[in-house]
Amino acid sequence: MALDAKIPSGPLQDKWAKHKRDSKLINPANKRKFTIIIVGSGLAGGAAAATLSELGYKVKCFCYQDSPRRAHSIAAQGGINAAKNYQNDGDSVYRLFYDTLKGGDFRSREGNVYRLAEVSVNIIDQCVAQGVPFAREYGGLLANRSFGGAQVSRTFYARGQTGQQLLLGCYQALEKEVHNGGVQMYPRTEMLDMVVVDGHAKGIVVRDMQTGEISSHAGDAVLLATGGYGNVFFLSTNAKGCNVTAAYRAHKRGAYFSNPCYTQIHPTCIPVSGDYQSKLTLMSESLRNDGRIWVPKKAEDAKKNPNDIPDSDRDYYLERKYPSFGNLSPRDIASRSAKEVCDEGRGVGPGGRGVYLDFRDAINRLGEDAIRNRYGNLFQMYAKITGENPYKAPMRIYPAVHYTMGGLWVDYNLMSNLPGLHVLGEANFSDHGANRLGASALMQGLADGYFVIPVTLAVYLAGQKPGAVTTDAPEFKAVEEEVRTRTKTFLDIKGKRSVDSFHRELGLLLWDKCGMARNKAGLEEALKKIPEIREEFWQNLRVPGNGTNLNQELEKAGRVADFMEFGELMCRDALDREESCGGHFREEHQFTEADPEVKSGTTQPGEAKRHDDKFAYASAWEYAGKDKPPVLHKEELVFDTVKPSVRSYQ
Amino acid sequence: MSPLVSTICQFWSSSIGKKVVVALTGIVLVGFLAGHLAGNLLVYVGREATNDYAEFLMHLLHGAGIWIARAVLLTCFVLHIVATIQLTRSNRAARADAYEVKTSVRTTLSARVMIWSGLTILAFVIFHLLHFTVRIDQGLADLRDPLVDRHDTYGMVVRGFQNVPVSLFYIVALTLLCSHLSHGVASIFQTLGLRSKKTRGAIKVFSWIYAAIIWLGFISIPISIMLGLVHFD
Amino acid sequence: MNLTLKIWRQEGPDAKGQMQTVEARDIPEEASFLEMLDIVNERIIEEGGDPVQFDHDCREGICGTCSLTINGVPHGPDNGVTTCQLHMRKFRDGDTIWIEPFRAKAFPVVRDLVVDRSAFDRIIAAGGYISVRTGSAPDANGLPIEKDHADQSFDAATCIGCGACVAACPNASPMLFVGAKASHLNLLPQGKPELDIRVLAMVRQMDAEGFGNCTNHYECEGVCPKEISADVIARLNREYACASVKEGVA
Repeated sequence: MALDAKIPSGPLQDKWAKHKRDSKLINPANKRKFTIIIVGSGLAGGAAAATLSELGYKVKCFCYQDSPRRAHSIAAQGGINAAKNYQNDGDSVYRLFYDTLKGGDFRSREGNVYRLAEVSVNIIDQCVAQGVPFAREYGGLLANRSFGGAQVSRTFYARGQTGQQLLLGCYQALEKEVHNGGVQMYPRTEMLDMVVVDGHAKGIVVRDMQTGEISSHAGDAVLLATGGYGNVFFLSTNAKGCNVTAAYRAHKRGAYFSNPCYTQIHPTCIPVSGDYQSKLTLMSESLRNDGRIWVPKKAEDAKKNPNDIPDSDRDYYLERKYPSFGNLSPRDIASRSAKEVCDEGRGVGPGGRGVYLDFRDAINRLGEDAIRNRYGNLFQMYAKITGENPYKAPMRIYPAVHYTMGGLWVDYNLMSNLPGLHVLGEANFSDHGANRLGASALMQGLADGYFVIPVTLAVYLAGQKPGAVTTDAPEFKAVEEEVRTRTKTFLDIKGKRSVDSFHRELGLLLWDKCGMARNKAGLEEALKKIPEIREEFWQNLRVPGNGTNLNQELEKAGRVADFMEFGELMCRDALDREESCGGHFREEHQFTEADPEVKSGTTQPGEAKRHDDKFAYASAWEYAGKDKPPVLHKEELVFDTVKPSVRSYQ
Repeated sequence: MSPLVSTICQFWSSSIGKKVVVALTGIVLVGFLAGHLAGNLLVYVGREATNDYAEFLMHLLHGAGIWIARAVLLTCFVLHIVATIQLTRSNRAARADAYEVKTSVRTTLSARVMIWSGLTILAFVIFHLLHFTVRIDQGLADLRDPLVDRHDTYGMVVRGFQNVPVSLFYIVALTLLCSHLSHGVASIFQTLGLRSKKTRGAIKVFSWIYAAIIWLGFISIPISIMLGLVHFD
Repeated sequence: MNLTLKIWRQEGPDAKGQMQTVEARDIPEEASFLEMLDIVNERIIEEGGDPVQFDHDCREGICGTCSLTINGVPHGPDNGVTTCQLHMRKFRDGDTIWIEPFRAKAFPVVRDLVVDRSAFDRIIAAGGYISVRTGSAPDANGLPIEKDHADQSFDAATCIGCGACVAACPNASPMLFVGAKASHLNLLPQGKPELDIRVLAMVRQMDAEGFGNCTNHYECEGVCPKEISADVIARLNREYACASVKEGVA
């Protein structure tokens, strides 16, 4: 099937305006006859639910958390980008568009990215009006900072908790609509499958996590805003509950999954300290502004007290390799370099997977108080977690999985190839390409929810008769039955191993073979091993209790079962993509001394090497059935405005 | 129901509304204590001053003043008690299942025993009124000022406190009142929304000092009488 | 380290609960409190038992999902952290640790240590927002805000809605939560037009949920993982009284 992204024709900067002008509208009296099902209540889902309800649609919103305010958007620390150019430093919609496209290593759509940059300015207005307390200057106007190596200050922030403040704004708007009767909220309710009627997504089957009741909900359209799949690695900075189930269930019902191999690894996380570790904690990237990253030059020094290692025995490897960006090199480069030095046996801390982030020189230069003013809360967090004093000894950091750029395939209207199914936020694949820029995740979630879907959903709904499908349709009964059987299966295996033990095993394998650096042999090995782990999972799993009350093991079992299949898809995509780009680094595809780009000084050996001639496409995998390999479809990426270039951070 | 009446009903039935009532009536009662103490300290000046003051109070506004004061005080007292008892009941109901182990991190003993110190003070006030205002003890009621023909308030106080059990009860009740005030006075500011980062410390100190003055001032009298520092003649 | 845990076990909302003694063996002191419970649960599962159910999600102290009253203190003995950020090095080998749910009539137990805090959502739904339709906002810099007000508003806005204030309060009062939510919006010029109706509606909903009321113990302040000051309660008291007066006479 040919994938049509439905990008509007015309000049880049007019596409969105033209699309809004040409899109069909729904009569206000008819809107309330349409029921919209939204799964997920983070920035994308919550914003969509609130806005669609304001427009008059009937919204049912589902989340697994006990309150919509707890969605994982809340954990974003750094900030949100917007092309406001309040700093008068030369920013513009075009520049934000270009930076995002380039940051994504030219693996995203021009049309989508331009629209994102365009609506970014409306997001800030909306959030401020809702009462989001962004940082301000003494004059009372909004403050900005430069983030993630951007050359303009376009990031709006709210101390270290921008995500929480934006989500609260969105959650409050959602609760306002709950109060007004437009949104019905279903917390502690997990979507376990999607229902397709006559080729259209028309409903979902959910489990009430408190009573175990399985029920169906029909709607005129289904919106998934269920976040990313980073937890496939078990250890990540995602919340423990984050999962791929909703997206993967939709995939198995016909929706294409795009670019699953694109995963973003964040360089500044607190390293793993033992097998019991349940999650990884991110520390703001801003620490790299003043901290210097190093490891000992000699592997035998790795166990020494860092303060006893003289400067001559330290390797400040980022400053050495990337003299102009140094410690502020982009996320993927900083992450991969940390892995390299640890692979050489020079890693520090328990298990040898860590590098030092040292504030000694900054403290000497600026004084401890200045450092405390800038990073006090982060230092405190580090001290609480590790029990070490970062003012006296260098911090230890290591990269961790942070964000996933891949997701369900969607067109310009955010609709999947499966009519009626719309996908928003991190759950879709559309805007970040192979790598996401810092402070752009919040922007995309809110753009999709507040400003894009309210327009584009009508394009689909205009062709639908409201309320045409109800849960009486036989398709609902059939899917409900499948869900019940599956739930019962988990409980009936009665094996020996816990869900977490399987999840850990899968995660370690993927981190090892499909993590920061990948190669053909490793991916093939993973593709051989995953089915073995999966096989044992279905034979030897132990889920205690029953399905009639709160049962967290049962919830996890369903999620891990889907990760078991999804992990394979991820490796398959990584194997297919014989190039390196952004969050996907294939060891076979890196620049060497022999390349002209290296000789000319544009880049250097070891950097990611794209192959635009063969891989300037978004992969879109179609589920072909149990035990059958998925079918690859390709959406060719067309660059009318920008010419892809080699990413250079020399 | 008029909007005003309905608002008053809603205010009274709301948790914050009741607390505001407790705080406002608290101000009246706290103020009364200061006045009462000032009058009592006249005991140290002597019989004439004390009895003059008592006579002044009785004849204020041709005798109406004292009844107006009594009506206001009684109203405040009743509102204060009814509101706090209702609040306490709803607070108990809000934690239906108690903790097996509960550790306090900020609260004080005074704050935790407010209802008990309050109820003890209520019992004391009833006794105190019967003792010195209604004067159910005929011996105290019949005392006359030896110089002017009027009731001998001074003599009544001295005779009254020469009774050791009465003085001890008085001292115990006043100690509980001190505890009640140490939390109550500060709470007035918090409930009326006058406490902030800038005023927090000052309010705490003021509350303690006020409670201490009231306590020391009142209990000094029975102690002085029992020690014979203030005597009948 | 080895520990003895006394854990509240309760099958369901209507079941009778009791404390159960569970031994925790070989706990690394680098582990977080929730990771300690993970280890304990892993062993319970291996031994064929029912693992302890407890709420958690982000495990980095911002989502407000985790709860637990540990040795009688919500979020445990460390200051300014949630349970997920509490680490075992705060305890000693051989300690007995009491673990109970956040207890309040308005937070009914769902199972074991999991409670239902949806009352907080209903308080927000009653009025804890600024009514601004998407798309109708003026330019963000059109309304300068005094930095001091913005900062105070932010301090209140750091509330993560965990419910520790309710759990710690001898009266199970959510005034720190309601005060923080109201102050966040009331201190901003955008929040002023709806100030009175917001405060009246939120307090009335709070009372309807069966919470207790504040008698100024300041326990909430002492356990709040975001260290929000009880000044927000004073402000709420004042705003409620003023709003009532305006409602009645103006």
